[in-house]
Amino acid sequence: MNAPTAPQDLVSAAPSAAAAADTRLLAERIPLDGTGAVDPARQRQVVAALRPVLPEHALLYREEDTRPYECDGLTLYRQVPMVVALPETEAQVVQVLKVCHALNVPVVPRGAGTGLSGSALPHQAGVLLSLAKFNRILDIDPLARTARVQPGVRNLAISEAAAPYGLYYAPDPSSQIACTIGGNVAENSGGVHCLKYGLTVHNVLGIRGVTVDGEVVRIGSAALDAPGYDLLALIIGSEGMLAVVTEVVVKLVPKPRCAQVIMASFDDVQVAGEAVAAVIAAGIIPAGMEMMDKPAAAAVEPFVQAGYDLQAEAILLVESDGTPEEVAEEIAAMEAVLRGAGATRLAVSQSEAERLRFWAGRKAAFPAVGRISPDYYCMDGTIPRQRLGKVLKSIQQMEARYGLRCANVFHAGDGNLHPLIMFDANDPDSVARAERFGFEILELCVEVGGTVTGEHGVGVEKIHQMCRQFDRATLEAFFAVKRAFDPPGLLNPGKVVPTLHRCAEYGKVHVHGGALRFPEIPRF
Amino acid sequence: MGAAEPRAEQLAEQIRAAAGARTPLVIRAGGTKDFYGNACAGERLDPRVLTGIVEYEPTELVVTVRAGTPLAELEAELARHGQMLAFEPPHYGEGATIGGAVAAGLAGPRRASFGATWGGVRDFILGARLLDGRGQLLRFGGTVMKNVAGYDVARLLAGSLGTLGLIVDLSIKVLPRPAAEQTLRLEMDLASALVRMNEWGGQPLPISATLSFGGRVFVRLSGARAAVAAARQQLGGESLDDEGAAALWRGIRDHRHQFFTTDDPLTTPLWRLSLPSTAALPQLPDSQLVEWGGALRWLRLDAPARELRALTAGHGGHATLFRGGSGAARAAGAFTPLAAPLAAIHRRLKAEFDPAGIFNCGRLYPEPKAT
Repeated sequence: MNAPTAPQDLVSAAPSAAAAADTRLLAERIPLDGTGAVDPARQRQVVAALRPVLPEHALLYREEDTRPYECDGLTLYRQVPMVVALPETEAQVVQVLKVCHALNVPVVPRGAGTGLSGSALPHQAGVLLSLAKFNRILDIDPLARTARVQPGVRNLAISEAAAPYGLYYAPDPSSQIACTIGGNVAENSGGVHCLKYGLTVHNVLGIRGVTVDGEVVRIGSAALDAPGYDLLALIIGSEGMLAVVTEVVVKLVPKPRCAQVIMASFDDVQVAGEAVAAVIAAGIIPAGMEMMDKPAAAAVEPFVQAGYDLQAEAILLVESDGTPEEVAEEIAAMEAVLRGAGATRLAVSQSEAERLRFWAGRKAAFPAVGRISPDYYCMDGTIPRQRLGKVLKSIQQMEARYGLRCANVFHAGDGNLHPLIMFDANDPDSVARAERFGFEILELCVEVGGTVTGEHGVGVEKIHQMCRQFDRATLEAFFAVKRAFDPPGLLNPGKVVPTLHRCAEYGKVHVHGGALRFPEIPRF
Repeated sequence: MGAAEPRAEQLAEQIRAAAGARTPLVIRAGGTKDFYGNACAGERLDPRVLTGIVEYEPTELVVTVRAGTPLAELEAELARHGQMLAFEPPHYGEGATIGGAVAAGLAGPRRASFGATWGGVRDFILGARLLDGRGQLLRFGGTVMKNVAGYDVARLLAGSLGTLGLIVDLSIKVLPRPAAEQTLRLEMDLASALVRMNEWGGQPLPISATLSFGGRVFVRLSGARAAVAAARQQLGGESLDDEGAAALWRGIRDHRHQFFTTDDPLTTPLWRLSLPSTAALPQLPDSQLVEWGGALRWLRLDAPARELRALTAGHGGHATLFRGGSGAARAAGAFTPLAAPLAAIHRRLKAEFDPAGIFNCGRLYPEPKAT
């Protein structure tokens, strides 16, 4: 495991010139599974079979009704579903799955559709199963600090409901006002506080779900360490490929009494990265640790007037939360560490309003970039933090090579990088360059020992980069897991795990900035 | 990949030969957890040829370590850098290895603490390499905190008791040791303790362990100095000296505390009850040892498994026959049986990773013997 790369025997580097002129998206050159025209005869058959098990308003199949479901937050890929089912009860979910199982119909589960990797991209011959109507908070137990909710409940709504008890649900993805807990379970969503408070997998105690053949299962529970294999660890982050979740039990944690944030400027991104390491080395786990590079700060400052240092090459926001005593002690310690690590300017929030203002820019990074560029493409790779300088330098070189600008925001504490590639969706060449730029960043993340997705999921977007990250035997093991839950392979087929055939095709069209760095997998 | 690779290849050879001949294998390193789970027999596969830390960068909060590395050695190396395994794994004896600790999936007193350190074994597993039942080397997860590429099989290995394959190495999230630590003792009966421990859990207190036993509650506070001092003020009680506190928590972690050592396990087996932390079970004897704010309850009790499991299931929990028990008691299996659809998924997972059915057969649940 010390060689941090998973170079691939399935993919070989092709000469870049040949494919460079091709402005089609990769998904068009290697068509995704389940895309194409809807077959009207099959549609009639499936609608007829579903009609007895769903209320009329819960079954959509006319194109004007199904079109709104053609994509999720990743709008580059679109596919109209054959049928949309909007069940209102678990019994209806069971029935829908039984019908689909009997007729061999693919099923694509969907929450709020805010996902950024196309996990909820519909299937041309499938049923899009929306859990939007499962929007009730069933139970909050303040003493046990748990909430039992339906999957369509919005992430933020859980914290709002728990607030009267001084509790909240910790994972806070930036889409938390819109995204649902069911989607969070499917994607193992993170947020800006996950270094200290964990990801979805650390904050969900159990789920109720329905298997592909319509059996109701409980996986995990309010009691810890459920017997047998930890299937919950597999379900969380499985992108709707193992079961359909109908209920989620989450852990609630006490709201910290107070929080303060330090805003530090650095004149070099590598130095800023080392400052992050220095904070950790001092034995501190900050509640949040976020970095923005100069282009990101320049994009957001006119938008939010947070008072960012526009001369800085990198701005670091470091938050402490807890009791007032704890926060005072940590902030003092972190100030000293950051100064020692070369911060050129330092400010500590002196009020809650100021704290929120410091954060406002980071939280508004995406829309702010959206103001200065017609479109942007948000990538999501994780790298070992110490490689930050190298990776950001390479991204700068890619900007020149692809002729596109890129702003970087970074969950610095856990190494999760979000480059925002700016392009113009009306220009096919710009789109194709943005796509290739993004893929090259992801492959760089793998090369330096990281991963192609930290929190947005693989979906259809990064399915080809999975060929780079995992070897043949491991990809086959992922299919084995899939078969164990879903023997006929009907739940969200064609997502996340590439077939060996797909990897081979990708090898043929693959365009890489340089030669493949690691030609051999070191086995043993 | 270093010196361990030829040794991993030797183990892979042994696995392939066993798979070909359908010879059952028992994965066993230090043997400190032999008592845990159901009995299984077979040819020994010893992961202790795979030792040593592969990579450790304290500022990345990640250590990659070979499975046969002694737990004590790993913990000492982390301590040299002011860090720790936050799940505080039990050793249950000398010779415990990190691979065994993860395969057993058992966490110690720190399991139910608040904030960064909350979590069981699997919560800290970032990556693993595994030799499956075909002797293939598979690599899951990685060495970074956030990684959602592919199914999280690395975490699945925690608690799988070696039934899916032989763990070669693991990448584990580590955490800084707290700046300050203090253990308090309060006089309190079990019923009040269950309420109080849960109330504390709902407040932002730096609690890293709780224990209720014999009319007393022990609370360990860990964190920033000021936070520990303030919490101590708020909770009251008597402070233990550092040595006494360390001995107490080590005794609880490794079951050397008198609660675990007085009775003969053969006649009075040790049960491990996992329950929602607030569950009140007045039917059970008061002579329990309760950890994790009420979520973990240890019982010395010679009761029929079926009754105990029905009782705990009624409260949303489960009961494990953790140690001891005579033939009749053990016949019901160490672990609470699974509902049929889950059992089916289990069987299929096992068959996919270990098609010849050679790894630790039956240790977790009964399964068809390799023939």
